[in-house]
Amino acid sequence: MTPRRAAIVAGIIVLIALPFAIGEDYYINIASQILLYAIFALGIDVLIGYAGLVSLGHAGLFGIAAYIIANVLAAGYGHTVAIVAALIGTLIATAGFAAVALRSAGITFIMITLALGEIIWGLAYRWISVTNGDNGISVTTRPMPFGLSLASPRGFYDATLIIFLLAMVAVAIFVHSPLGVALAGTRDQPRRMNALGYHVWMIRFLAFLFSGFLSAVSGILFVYYNEFISPQALALPASAAGVLMVIAGGAGTLLGPVVGSALVVIVQNVVSAYITRWNLMLGAIFVAIVIFMPEGLVPGVRRLVQATRRAAARRWPRAMASRLRSKP
Amino acid sequence: MIALAVDGLNKSFGGLRVTSDVRLVVEAGERRLIIGPNGAGKTTLFNLITGELSPDSGSVALFGRNITRLASRKRAHLGMARTYQIITLFPRDTILHNVMLALLGLSRLRWNPLTALYSQRPIMTRARAALGRVGLEHLADRPLAETSYGEKRRVEIAMALAQEPRVLLLDEPFAGLSIDERADVRALLKAIPRDVTVVMIEHDMDIALELADRITLLHFGQVVVEGTRAEVVADRRTREVYLGE
Repeated sequence: MTPRRAAIVAGIIVLIALPFAIGEDYYINIASQILLYAIFALGIDVLIGYAGLVSLGHAGLFGIAAYIIANVLAAGYGHTVAIVAALIGTLIATAGFAAVALRSAGITFIMITLALGEIIWGLAYRWISVTNGDNGISVTTRPMPFGLSLASPRGFYDATLIIFLLAMVAVAIFVHSPLGVALAGTRDQPRRMNALGYHVWMIRFLAFLFSGFLSAVSGILFVYYNEFISPQALALPASAAGVLMVIAGGAGTLLGPVVGSALVVIVQNVVSAYITRWNLMLGAIFVAIVIFMPEGLVPGVRRLVQATRRAAARRWPRAMASRLRSKP
Repeated sequence: MIALAVDGLNKSFGGLRVTSDVRLVVEAGERRLIIGPNGAGKTTLFNLITGELSPDSGSVALFGRNITRLASRKRAHLGMARTYQIITLFPRDTILHNVMLALLGLSRLRWNPLTALYSQRPIMTRARAALGRVGLEHLADRPLAETSYGEKRRVEIAMALAQEPRVLLLDEPFAGLSIDERADVRALLKAIPRDVTVVMIEHDMDIALELADRITLLHFGQVVVEGTRAEVVADRRTREVYLGE
């Protein structure tokens, strides 16, 4: 087994064992939140890290999925219908989103996605017959896949963990596939890619759909986790938090969005219990990351480890040599 | 057979006419050299031929097929490949990866989201073979950012050749190279089989004249002189453009 494989297996075992180690429901719930936001951040990372496109509107897509669940359930349908409808509905909305936003790139792309996200937030806020406005909609039950109850924090954590791992595997397969490699090419040299025979727009469009699909998955988990959805969940700060998770953790890495999600969720929920101005602290952490590890925590730590190892390798031969000399 | 036919091509940027009624007919297998002072509109002409710019009027045909309004990527699939004057490669990736991207661009495999690219043996073998042709096989796994300027130029050419084009457009392949590197690239270009039509922009006359069958001189976006090597070199207008006589 390679060290990399061993680390992955160890990571999965830790995640499975986590609820046993934590025990307390409150903290198990926080772990579920980290995982569901990690899926959201992974979706954003597909665009930021691999397509080079920064979206500030993904909370809108996340929200559409959540509102579809709430409405379909309220109309009396079951969870399966609600989830399928949420996935398909969000994909359709994502296609519309992408069709408008992909007319541009760079700063314009950011502004268009921001505007689209705000439109969806505005709809959630004002379209009261569908969204119940600021009061939001409650969802009273959680699904029971294969007869397993998700009502308890443990049950919900396990389900979220399985979906999270599937999302990680899906993104890992995608970014190493020819299509994913081509996507990274369009990030670095769109003009060249076009001249080489690639359909740059279509590649970006497909990546956007994948990204929107992951947003939908996390939106569905979100609404079942909170058993409630209101416009606040899809406001600009939620989109910005997703982007910050990716940038803080490391764009263009698989682990970065997970680390970023853990950072934001822990500061928001755990640190805020001790420090009232937790927002200030989160800001300070981001500033520190940008100064010391501008590439993000995961690539930054990797760089430090490699530097330390190289330094050790340089010192070692000298130590050996001096030991040899000291022998009589 | 005519490989590339450009007729009545015009392009203006604002009030500046960078391509003015250009006509260019290149026979299949020909080596055509395009010369002209800086700002003559040589690279713009290339961009119009490859579709990276669209002309205001006129037409471009590839082996008799009108491609004037065809997207750049589709021209690649019809057998048109180019290199860039300003190196346009993928610096984060290895040399091998760069060439694989060139091969992937014309392969149906490029839409596959499910299998790892590096598990696809055939495309990797072909990429290594393409690097072998330009003498860079030993550097295949080196990140592009860690290679010399001359090596990058050869990667540009390797990528274009890997696509097995019918028409190859080379934009100043010798720009910025040392004397030794020039010799390498010269040998490389000489080895391109005659079933490939080559159109080349170049300033280095010694090498370029040696490679060219026919020469087109552009000045202020217009074709001033066209003919064989001897005709163009002997032409009074060539000396006027280059020496300002």
